[in-house]
Amino acid sequence: MVGSVIVLYQILFAVSLFILISLGLAIIFGMMRVINLAQGEFIMLGAYACLIFTRLEINFWLAALLSGLVVGLFGIIVERCLIRFLYGRIMDTLLATWGLSLLMIGLVTTIFGPQEAGVEVSLGKLDVGEFSVSIYNLVLIAAAMGLLALTYALWRYTKVGLVVRGTMQNPDMAAALGVNTDRCYMLTFGFGSAITGLGGALIAPLVGNQPTMGAFYVAKAFITVISGGAAPLTGTLLASGVFGSVDGVISYASTQVVGEISVLLVAIVLLRLLPTGITGRLGGGV
Amino acid sequence: MRINRRQFFRTTTGALGFASMPMLLKSAGIAAEEPIRIANILDKTGGLNIYSLKQIKAIALAVDELNKAGGLLGRPIELVFYDSQSNNQLNSQYMAQALVKDKAAAVFAGVTSSSREVMRPVVRKFRGLFFYNSMYEGGVCDRRHVCIAQVPAQQLSPLVPRVVKTYGKKCYILGADYIYPHTTAKWIQKYTREAGGEDIGVEFFPLDVSNFAPALARIQAAKPDVVWSILVGSAHNAFYRQYESTIGKAKTPLASCMFGIGREQTYLSAQEAAGIMNATPFHDELPSEKAQEFVRKFKEYSGEQDYVGDYAEYGYRGVNIWANAVKKAGDPSPDAVIAALDGVQFEAPGGLVTVDGQTNHAVMDIHLVKTNDKQGWDHLETFKQLQPSDTQAVCDLRKNPDDNQQYTLSL
Amino acid sequence: MRLISAEDCEAPVPLWWALVAVAAVIGFALPSFVGLDVVMSTSIIFVYAILTLSMSYLWGYCGMLSFGQTAMYGVGGYAYAVIALNSGNTTIAVFAAVFLGCLFALVIGYFMIYGRISKIYFTVITLVITVVLEKAVRATSDERFTIGSVPLRGQNGISNVPDLQFPWDPSQTLFLDGVYYVALAALLAVFIGLRLLLTTHFGRVLMGIRDNERRSELLGYDTRKYQLGAFVLCGGIAALAGVLYGVWGNFVAPEMMNLNSAANIVIYAIVGGRSTLAGPIAGTAIIQYLTSWLGTAGVGQVTVILGTVLIVFVMLFPRGILPTLGDVIAQVWRFALAGRDRAKLPGARKTSDGWRNA
Repeated sequence: MVGSVIVLYQILFAVSLFILISLGLAIIFGMMRVINLAQGEFIMLGAYACLIFTRLEINFWLAALLSGLVVGLFGIIVERCLIRFLYGRIMDTLLATWGLSLLMIGLVTTIFGPQEAGVEVSLGKLDVGEFSVSIYNLVLIAAAMGLLALTYALWRYTKVGLVVRGTMQNPDMAAALGVNTDRCYMLTFGFGSAITGLGGALIAPLVGNQPTMGAFYVAKAFITVISGGAAPLTGTLLASGVFGSVDGVISYASTQVVGEISVLLVAIVLLRLLPTGITGRLGGGV
Repeated sequence: MRINRRQFFRTTTGALGFASMPMLLKSAGIAAEEPIRIANILDKTGGLNIYSLKQIKAIALAVDELNKAGGLLGRPIELVFYDSQSNNQLNSQYMAQALVKDKAAAVFAGVTSSSREVMRPVVRKFRGLFFYNSMYEGGVCDRRHVCIAQVPAQQLSPLVPRVVKTYGKKCYILGADYIYPHTTAKWIQKYTREAGGEDIGVEFFPLDVSNFAPALARIQAAKPDVVWSILVGSAHNAFYRQYESTIGKAKTPLASCMFGIGREQTYLSAQEAAGIMNATPFHDELPSEKAQEFVRKFKEYSGEQDYVGDYAEYGYRGVNIWANAVKKAGDPSPDAVIAALDGVQFEAPGGLVTVDGQTNHAVMDIHLVKTNDKQGWDHLETFKQLQPSDTQAVCDLRKNPDDNQQYTLSL
Repeated sequence: MRLISAEDCEAPVPLWWALVAVAAVIGFALPSFVGLDVVMSTSIIFVYAILTLSMSYLWGYCGMLSFGQTAMYGVGGYAYAVIALNSGNTTIAVFAAVFLGCLFALVIGYFMIYGRISKIYFTVITLVITVVLEKAVRATSDERFTIGSVPLRGQNGISNVPDLQFPWDPSQTLFLDGVYYVALAALLAVFIGLRLLLTTHFGRVLMGIRDNERRSELLGYDTRKYQLGAFVLCGGIAALAGVLYGVWGNFVAPEMMNLNSAANIVIYAIVGGRSTLAGPIAGTAIIQYLTSWLGTAGVGQVTVILGTVLIVFVMLFPRGILPTLGDVIAQVWRFALAGRDRAKLPGARKTSDGWRNA
């Protein structure tokens, strides 16, 4: 009984990690079709912003939200200065954002050094039978699910979400109807970056801060979003669910390496069977 | 791009900028002599630089001290630095450059085993001398290679029995997934069994894993008396935080043979870092005059006030062992120095270091330590003059001077 | 002037052959004038150039952006190491390694190309393959991962990879300058070979597929066969580069296949110009030299510089150095030719998509 609770916890935790690192990309790539290879570095930026805020004695949760805002602003700047010129040029976006990621890693290393004391959040542990579970991990699970639900609600049920979805599906029509498509892209990219930054701030206490931490996540985030398919949010949830379960179960039963490789192999098989992703048949939507 | 050597010394950042500046050499009266050139190839940038940054400065410090004291054989020592950027291909290239273009009498290089193995063939091709100032899994038998850092048998033979005696018989071992932790894990298992204990689990993690939740659940299921950590690198540092927030050292203590080489304790809170037992040839709190003098000198030279650490000391002792060997040989050329290496000694900050001519490794003092709540180490006990017995068991350079390989130690 | 862009499917003009011959002569003469360390640094540029060519040919001339050429590169390197150490015969090892690289490309290519996945997914999956392979090989530190008598040693890599033996006298091996000559010869062979491939039916159909896959299909070509053929060929070229890397450093390691290596070759191709064959070689040389030099100049974080270079190139020189240089030279040429009647010169007006297509 305790064993299955622990397995369930492992799965939920793994799924939550996938969601936190992929949600922002789901918006940026899923909605806007912008391949942002600097996604990992946005996560890293969120973690470092959180570190700076907590050093200024700001409460952790507030710091996390502020970090999201900071990274969102940074995303808007990047969109205005770089991405805006490259819409439609998929490969060029890929390369420019790769350059951006190298630049960010180098700058952060120059400013902060190669390693940093991480953000500390000690919420204590919860005893489940003879096992102990860190309460922060449980909070992380709740936060991931909450963030996903919030973003979904925003996209599906609000006017802003409707306008954004319309612009993504048919920019000319939206422009004809009076929507400022330029501003729409900018804000969407900013929102996606903010979510990514928030995700980074939330995982920072878990893994510690280093300039290269983003690199660990970028491949996983992309696999998740691409496997998700045409409906970005639903797809990301489903893909996170599949990969998180595979990762959680296999990493627990065997070793971490086998778990990671299994996820990647499952992704390849999935894409072979469903070349347009899990929700590909839907052809769009949330 | 021919940049004048003095110019590029001055423009490099860090302590290297003042390695053997003109006024130093002038005040020692050796400025006019033809310099002896040595090279230092380490990672100033890239993920591996957490081990190298202090060692780079320590090597520069050692060179400056030697020059201030009148140089070597009446000649100044000139230090050339290459940043290998945590990239093995550059290690090969720079080693070739140092030996061919700079004609370096000795090269002090390498942190990881793979970087050493990449550079040794180049050293052999160009008949140079290579000082590898980093701890590793042991077994390299090559007369052109000298390692003055500790090897597993030296570190673990005093540490493991003490851990078994203090904490208990059942241990669980976690390690990073490459050769060094695999080898050290085997030594820990061997010494644990010899001390009457039992290893109930061994696991290895790739260097980019930072989520240890599955492993922590498995450890809790196994219920060991002590958990060994041979984890290394920035991502693995997350383990100590996650361990403290799940199991906690109060319930199951931690021991390690690698914690601290990247000064990990400075990146964790006092509670997360305190209480881990380890063994090392040098630590800042070592209560000896030479150790304290070194810490003071280094902080003054580098301008940095944070924890110095054993990797800095390795660089310092490496240069000085080489210098003593040159003095003994009377000739800085690599082959002459190699012939004179056997028995060369240096009173290092960590204790007396003697080169063992059979293996080109070193006999040294090993200190048992434990992390305290001030992000440093408490000194527990010193074991004097331990031999590099694991390498001695497989390597004999006196009998086979042309031997050139790394032996896998069988246990 | 069409010297730099090999777009046309016609046989290369005599001037092209002359330039290649001059470059070859300079290349072969170089070791007599410089130290062995420069020889060593230059031969690694040749090795990477071969790898970059395998990627940029697929991209610029076949329309397939493969992020996973490093996978075949790693397979080639490791296969050479394992076979050479086990058999003692390096000549067989070289051929076997290239063959295994082609085989690997055939298998993964079949699944991707015959599965009709879209272009972007092709790129992503090739990336995933090289990452998975790297992770898998990195996990082989344990002693039980031994092929024949050669332990794979995981992340540490295999470090006593033998020097190349002379095929007719296995007791003699190549020293550093020998490796240089072999690498240079291989690069010239690949470069000339690919250029001549463009003039064949196979090469031309691939360019047609690159321009418009559906049109080629409607014209009756089985595009999958051609694409798979190109992928296997480039897999073999990448594997050859892997073998040469192993011979160069006497060393192979999983880092040959990691994300950084994969991205580096894309950077080389972008900087040099992916729509040409000489461009990637130039890009490799520039970036490699820059990286090497930066390590001796103590300028701080190298990634800042490389990242900036990449962004600048994508924004300002999207087609790379060589085509842009070619454009500039051509413009100057036309100005010089036409004099005051510039406007009347045929072709003096740039078409809306620039010079040829990028």
